[in-house]
Amino acid sequence: MSVMKLAPQDNVAVALRPLRAGEAVAIDGHALTVDRDVAIGHKIAACDIAAGATITKYNCPIGIATQPIAAGHYVHTHNVKSGYLPTYTLP
Amino acid sequence: MSTVPTLSGYLRADGRKGIRNVLVVAYLVECAHHVAREIAASFRDAGVHLIGFPGCYPNAYALAMMEKLCTHPNVGGALLVSLGCEGFDKRRLARTIEASGRPVRMLGIQQTGGTRSTIAAGREWIDATLPQLRAQAAVPMRVDELTVGTICGGSDATSGLTANPAMGVAFDLLVADGATTIFEETGELIGMEHLMAARAKTQPLGEELKRTVAKAAEYYATLGYASFAPGNADGGLTTIEEKSLGAYAKSGQSKIDGIVKPGIDPPKPGLYLLDVVPDGEVRFGFPNINDNAEIAELIACGSHVILFSTGRGSVVGSAIAPVIKVCANPDTYRRMHEDMDVDAGRILEGRATLADVGREIYDLVARVGGGAATRSEELGHQEFILTYKSFEPLGPSCLPA
Repeated sequence: MSVMKLAPQDNVAVALRPLRAGEAVAIDGHALTVDRDVAIGHKIAACDIAAGATITKYNCPIGIATQPIAAGHYVHTHNVKSGYLPTYTLP
Repeated sequence: MSTVPTLSGYLRADGRKGIRNVLVVAYLVECAHHVAREIAASFRDAGVHLIGFPGCYPNAYALAMMEKLCTHPNVGGALLVSLGCEGFDKRRLARTIEASGRPVRMLGIQQTGGTRSTIAAGREWIDATLPQLRAQAAVPMRVDELTVGTICGGSDATSGLTANPAMGVAFDLLVADGATTIFEETGELIGMEHLMAARAKTQPLGEELKRTVAKAAEYYATLGYASFAPGNADGGLTTIEEKSLGAYAKSGQSKIDGIVKPGIDPPKPGLYLLDVVPDGEVRFGFPNINDNAEIAELIACGSHVILFSTGRGSVVGSAIAPVIKVCANPDTYRRMHEDMDVDAGRILEGRATLADVGREIYDLVARVGGGAATRSEELGHQEFILTYKSFEPLGPSCLPA
């Protein structure tokens, strides 16, 4: 197993080992293609996610999609924002 | 059925027991830091730890913290190093330590004749006092006499998958055996307030828990940053609420018995939230400028030992209380295993279960309580930091009967 959803309702899955761009992974019986290299513990979309949709992990809200995210694509600060306080990253 | 382990403690005059018998050297203003450090340095491996407060202006929180730290059950005696003109209420601190039955000595650098003579006087007092501490016999100590704090630092996306929930399992085992447990950092519980409130012992406590997190969110919003470092994002955490989800798992599943603030001991065994965010308008900057500021507060609430989870790989320990490092990320563990006490990343690679690692952490707490050194203790880590804060007294619903 290379990725795992932490709750059945989640729209993201977590990488259990590093994933390579173009690699096929299975989520809920669907084969999805990972769009870029994904490090261990990072997230990919478990289904197509609309802009403005709530991202859920462990069936808890962890942020809001800032753009549409295709199933299998990397989910991180470039396409998700906090519902509370902005995330600070180094330039 | 497992048996409850027996630890080994040092009995204090107030009836509490410590799992270490540390002598602290405390500077009471930055101007006395070098002299205090030079005194402590020659006793580096003899259980002499350096703590202190750098500010020259008085602060009720800092005084209360120093009083609690210098009379912590793990502390057997204290040497106070003052420049002589600072605003810290050194006489009150010395009286508090003396009243606790511990040996205490205060040295004023200006009165003692400067750097060299104060260092000599300090070393002489420690030479004379250490044998007293060494002569104190250890007594049996039970898990229900233990207070355990928990913190995460250098978190990544594996923290919330392995180390934090495993520490939560250990917390549940400790609570079941009658220990006192404390989790903290309300700035990293943002988004968890409703889940947490549902675990409160009483409904008014649940409302207080929600208010505590709202206060943290407002405080951090004023400062412009969440409690979130760039390394957290590099490690796969996207937002503060995702980081919170992982941080919250450290608290386990037990009901929440109350809220304390820095320097307040939980009144009885159970699970408590330590509210580390100051009250009132934003005054002195970030609530906790780094992990060690939080560790010092957990210790000031009576924690004998700290469970510290890390994914990116923190190396810190602490003055006064041993720190047990639980590594969440298997790659980090392979790189930094010398600094880590527990390899929780095995869970991610299918080599152990959460229950296995939770039990391992519990057993390690017992061994450390019996005198075994943690990795950070072996490596000489004794970090300490204390800065300015201000707090109001606890609200009436924070500690339900």
